[in-house]
Amino acid sequence: MMTKKLHVHTVINGEEVEFLCEPRQSLLEVLRDTLGLTGSKEGCNNGNCGACNVILDGSLVNSCLVLAVEVEGRSVVTIEGIAGPEGLHPIQQKFLEHAALQCGFCTPGFIVAAKALLDQNPNPSEEEVRHWLSGNLCRCTGYDKIVRAVLDTAQVMALQSTKR
Amino acid sequence: MSAEKTGDSTLSKEHNPTYQVIGTRPIRQDGTDKVTGRAQFGADIHLPGMLFGAVLRSPHAHARILSIDTSQAETVPGVRAVVTGADLADLEDKVTELGEGTINLRHQSWNTLARQKVLYYGHPVAAVSASSPHIAEEALALIEVTYEVLEPVLEVCAAMHPNAPLLIEDMYTDELGQKSEKPSNVAAHYQTRIGDVEKGFESATVIVEKEFRTSMVHQGYIEPQNGTALYNPDGQLTIWCSTQGSFGVRDQVSEILQIPVSKIKVVPMEIGGGFGGKNPVYLEPLAALLSKKSGYQPVKMTMSRSDVLAATGPTSGSYIHIKLGADSDGKLTAVEATMLYEAGAFPGSPVGSGMGVMFGPYKIENVLIDGYDVLVNKPRTAAYRAPGGTNAAYAAEVMIDMLSEKFGMDPLEFRQLNGVKNGDRSTFGATYQRIGYQETLEAARKHPHYSAPLEKANSGRGVASGFWFNYGGKSSASASLNPDGTVSLIEGSVDIGGSRTSIAMQLAEGLGISVDDVRPFVGDTDSVGYTEGTYGSRTTFATGWAAYEVSQKLIKQLVERAAKLWEVHPEEISYQNGGFSIGEKHMSLKELAGKLDETGGPIMASATVRPGEYGPGFATHIVDVEVDPETGKVTILRYTAVQDVGKAIYPDYVEGQIQGGVAQGVGWALNEEYMYDPQGKLTNTNLLDYRMPVALDLPMIDTVMVEVANPGHPYGVRGVGEVPIVPPAGALANAIYQAVGVRLNSLPMSPGQILEALQAEKD
Repeated sequence: MMTKKLHVHTVINGEEVEFLCEPRQSLLEVLRDTLGLTGSKEGCNNGNCGACNVILDGSLVNSCLVLAVEVEGRSVVTIEGIAGPEGLHPIQQKFLEHAALQCGFCTPGFIVAAKALLDQNPNPSEEEVRHWLSGNLCRCTGYDKIVRAVLDTAQVMALQSTKR
Repeated sequence: MSAEKTGDSTLSKEHNPTYQVIGTRPIRQDGTDKVTGRAQFGADIHLPGMLFGAVLRSPHAHARILSIDTSQAETVPGVRAVVTGADLADLEDKVTELGEGTINLRHQSWNTLARQKVLYYGHPVAAVSASSPHIAEEALALIEVTYEVLEPVLEVCAAMHPNAPLLIEDMYTDELGQKSEKPSNVAAHYQTRIGDVEKGFESATVIVEKEFRTSMVHQGYIEPQNGTALYNPDGQLTIWCSTQGSFGVRDQVSEILQIPVSKIKVVPMEIGGGFGGKNPVYLEPLAALLSKKSGYQPVKMTMSRSDVLAATGPTSGSYIHIKLGADSDGKLTAVEATMLYEAGAFPGSPVGSGMGVMFGPYKIENVLIDGYDVLVNKPRTAAYRAPGGTNAAYAAEVMIDMLSEKFGMDPLEFRQLNGVKNGDRSTFGATYQRIGYQETLEAARKHPHYSAPLEKANSGRGVASGFWFNYGGKSSASASLNPDGTVSLIEGSVDIGGSRTSIAMQLAEGLGISVDDVRPFVGDTDSVGYTEGTYGSRTTFATGWAAYEVSQKLIKQLVERAAKLWEVHPEEISYQNGGFSIGEKHMSLKELAGKLDETGGPIMASATVRPGEYGPGFATHIVDVEVDPETGKVTILRYTAVQDVGKAIYPDYVEGQIQGGVAQGVGWALNEEYMYDPQGKLTNTNLLDYRMPVALDLPMIDTVMVEVANPGHPYGVRGVGEVPIVPPAGALANAIYQAVGVRLNSLPMSPGQILEALQAEKD
């Protein structure tokens, strides 16, 4: 029942990566089971929970709904690529400061989604944050502290860019 | 960290103004791992030679299994083993405690793999291990099961009918402690009888009566169940899984597979939410069986979201009838109620705790409550945050609102008049000691939200209160002092939302050191003393207490070492804020830690506790809603949750518990429900159709932490996790009534229900 595997050449978190996969395998499955990037989580496997969010060529996607073969020649950013060499990204720092996580399972998806939001809208309103994050389910926090963390990140990053 | 970050939290210093660590907001020790994707959850494990398991589930709600043929599946290349109910021992009826409820091990085994009959859509029938998850799934399709389909029983009242088809054909009702004469779908009938309800209703001048129905709902944790097992040829079994209690998994697997607990090690991985649903085992015994049958290879199993919804969790749907009376002063005189709770396929609904929670906040002298635990062809229910409480309190709080309206009283004032105080007897018979219910009512009345004008059309404000017993239970911790003066702490409680830190903070406070100098670690079943699961709002309370005891034992040893160094008697030395002193002489803990070897070697201490007195929790919520009369959609405009939290050890995460509980309560109240077709197939097995709240559905949730310290705990802790899910449904129902004048008597109060009620009002 094994299908012949395909060779895929892509960029993940800035590094060139090659892997073999079956045509039916999702990007999420390959990230987790083949490449050992288990930060992206499987919560539903049909695009409803956002726990597997990654950024594909600048767009936020559910990696469970992308076939692994589709990333040939493209660029993927996962939760493992959000922090820089100098340490945590401001979003990650603000999640910690605001206690914007409880169990932490949905957290990678929220952080990736928030990064994608701030990349295209550096100064979102509360309504815009809530709308954007509606693709991500959290069952622990009631979203309050998550929304505050994202709004606070936007402020801090705006301040940092003014200083520069 | 700022203490004024969220909402309008109030942190009183009544209990003890001298705390250094407790009440602060440090960054949790596991935080960096969780924001970078490095934390290892159950499904993240990968072992050399690992196989993958998959489960074949029943497509029928109620059927007899005539035959199972696995021969085709076994020949598929890559398949390593197939197991069915025949691989499990048939167990005798044996009831044991498990995570805020009880479990019959014969039923637990039957739920793990069906024998003779399947009792719900999704009931496991067989399991396969293979070299890839896809091959395992394909092999499932080749297992041939012949069923004789039986009539499903899907509604609680119908299930009680004497002629209803029986799920468990040899089950008799536990009728107030007596065994019934005929088998029945009613597993148990419980009763609370206090005073004389007839006399109570005679003295009432106003009596209200109403019936309510609520749907089955799921805990909705985002991480699906998972379990990985490695059986060794020497008989040692290791299980890695996502569970609320590693010792609970060990005990259940030991019974189901008939192996001694000493042969099993359970390693709790990080857990992606539980809310009660991750106390029972599902996959763990299957993975162990498959590992053994696959030639002692590790086997990993994970559930799909549809498996999670169809076959794990949920909590009971219910039918509740209440009659409630009050005298001419507005004082409650009597309550009579009948509560029918769906147990699902096996006994064990939370009707008992629902009976206690329902009027937990009120003083009523005459009480007659009958509760029934009823089997239906739906998944076996599991605990869900304040089990049985939310639906019961919803019904009760609507009745309280109706009465306060009849008396023309402010609903909070009505609750103040009838609310329990210290020394009052509860409606479930126990007498309350130091409680903080009245304090929550007072804080709610004074809160600016309560007097803010409602400006929008079709908007209304509702209030409701809630109660939860809380729990103590067994907990263990141990710690060792490092040469740099820091402390490594091993504790037995799985951390679902910051409890590592709240436990470490109690150790740090006890030792007088910074929480940054404590490194907490959640131990496996071989490395820490017996600890019950993370349930019952017990973790910060009981395991925190164990950590406090550890700190006191460490201090005793440390003082002895200091005495040795200074050549004095230990009694002459005082220890404070992480330092020793005698007269003018001082030495810090860090200095002494560097001299352990010269004073006798390493220092460690361990403690185990089993507190019996665990202060109950009360909450009062205020909510403003706007109802769209065209669509029936409810928009939450503002939400304030007031709660007696005892002493907030780690306020960030106390607020988080309150906010999360509110969000779950809102989902239960407005959207979430199990939808079955007439054959008993669950039709909404995905998270688009099982609609949990998203960020856009909620406003900010303001929390008010009232601190009435629990005198039964060294730091005044009360459990905080469960109470906040209890009031939201009642508060929303009362707010909807204020907004559009209809009293809804079923959950969820979805747009369709509201439109129907509005239409009925017009007709």
